[in-house]
Amino acid sequence: MTAAVVQAPPGAGVLSSLSAVAKRSLLKYRRTPQVLFVSAVQGVAFMLIFRYAFGGAIESGTLSYVDYLVPGVATAGVLFSGGVSAVGIAEDAGQGLYDRLKSLPMAHTAILGGRVLADTVLVAWCLLAATLTAFLIGFRVHTNFFAGLAAFGVVVLFGMAFVWVFVALGLLSAANPQAAQGLGFLVLPLSFASSAYVPVHTMPDWLRAIAEHQPVTVAVNAARTLTQGAPAEALAGGTAGHFTLLAVLWSIGISVVFGGIAVARIRKR
Amino acid sequence: MTPTIEAVGVRKRFGEVTALDGLDIVAEPGQVVALLGPNGAGKTTFVRAVATLLRPDSGALRVAGVDAVADPRRVRRLIGLAGQFAAVEGAMTGRENLDMVARLFGLDRRAARAAADRVLRQLGLEEHGDRLVRTYSGGLRRRLDLGASLVGTPRVLLLDEPTTGLDPRSRIELWSVIRELVEQGTDMLLTTQYLNEADELADLIAIVDRGRVVAAGSPRELKARAGRDVVEVHVHDRESVAAAARVLAPLGVGEPRADAATRLVSIAVDSGSERLLESVRALAEQEVAVEDIALRRPTLDEVFLALTGTSAARPEDEKVTSP
Repeated sequence: MTAAVVQAPPGAGVLSSLSAVAKRSLLKYRRTPQVLFVSAVQGVAFMLIFRYAFGGAIESGTLSYVDYLVPGVATAGVLFSGGVSAVGIAEDAGQGLYDRLKSLPMAHTAILGGRVLADTVLVAWCLLAATLTAFLIGFRVHTNFFAGLAAFGVVVLFGMAFVWVFVALGLLSAANPQAAQGLGFLVLPLSFASSAYVPVHTMPDWLRAIAEHQPVTVAVNAARTLTQGAPAEALAGGTAGHFTLLAVLWSIGISVVFGGIAVARIRKR
Repeated sequence: MTPTIEAVGVRKRFGEVTALDGLDIVAEPGQVVALLGPNGAGKTTFVRAVATLLRPDSGALRVAGVDAVADPRRVRRLIGLAGQFAAVEGAMTGRENLDMVARLFGLDRRAARAAADRVLRQLGLEEHGDRLVRTYSGGLRRRLDLGASLVGTPRVLLLDEPTTGLDPRSRIELWSVIRELVEQGTDMLLTTQYLNEADELADLIAIVDRGRVVAAGSPRELKARAGRDVVEVHVHDRESVAAAARVLAPLGVGEPRADAATRLVSIAVDSGSERLLESVRALAEQEVAVEDIALRRPTLDEVFLALTGTSAARPEDEKVTSP
């Protein structure tokens, strides 16, 4: 009887919804050191394998192979760290978390938006670990500090776009973490048929036509030209500004398309 | 007064499956309503519709007078949902979980903290509040999940099978928590497949079968509807089963039910206590070896059986028919 006089709570706006949801995922990552460790180790291991196992066999113009390789492996690495999101999303859906959140007077877009923010922080963490390793094995930025920082930013942004891809795929895999796990392999062809590990002009014509224009190549070229300057621009056939702009546009485009699919999916009732 | 929940002819189909087939129900303020029915009866679908998680295909659905189809966001300010899973985050403490939900209800930092404290107290979780939820027992998780649904001081609490999967002790603990909430004046809609749970907690039981309410009333009314008291005789040996059935047959209404395996003979009777005395006398005269004799009031299980033709929660019965 006394409960009747209590005012109904107002409901949360977009910003407070975003921060509450992102905080949940970030706390989860911070308190599950395995996640932080495994995802960082993956990037570091790739860096070492490609540096020392394949390093001698690949011709990379006037660039040293380590300078050629690092932007590629780092960019491909952020695609793989997005796979964590697909699994996490499917787990959350299976445990009824989204039912709880959707029954609250919050901004429903933020259910996924907050998750993507947190996962992007995780992506940045993996990239940081990979980058530090890169400097240890001889990688150097041959332009300037700010261009290097911009390269980092472009790769994180590109990673965020793929977090949206995996969030959408995770939702579509119907609350099944095993199925979502399998989705990680989707990034294999994308990363290998790109300029990440070998120059595209060494590929057969039909593959080269695809590889040259697909988004991973664009993002890799952006990171490479931003950190290596002229020799990389000569190899990639475009300026750093050109590739950076394209990479940002691709990232936005991918985010909008897959974010749209994911948000429509979560709002459906 | 405006009903807390008012559903008129609510329908929902999922492809070929009709989950809700014109469900009607009215829950008055101050009432705990239980939807009782077997798996697949449509209980969860209805709760999800009330919680604005899905939109009915047709029919009217209002929560505290607000249209759940047209104005879901306003409904969400009035409800608290605890689903079939404990949707709490293991890597956060109990307090952090409640705090997050409070923030999502739009409370500011200070009000959110106060709400979390209040709920921890309300559910007797103070001593566990600062422990990570992944160290909680199943019963404790469920209790915290229930707490999360209370953070927004809801007008109506929606509990979907709140005790499914809990051990008997945790179930009884959760029942007492739920009963305390009811005493504090929280209105509730809960679903269950356990007859005793509905009996224990609800003022109004709606029996749901194939997407519609087939009977509704207080537990007492429903039991009265199942009709008669039953005299149950447990005989000493298998040979006495037939004899007991023969002796009891003229005293009751209809045929006695005799089960040789359990050595149980039962018969529905009109005026229970008189027939019980007569049964004792007649069995003694005929020297039937009786181990135990009792008068049993009808159970909701029998009501259920009578109304739906199936038992509520007996998965082992279903297994018998499959190869």
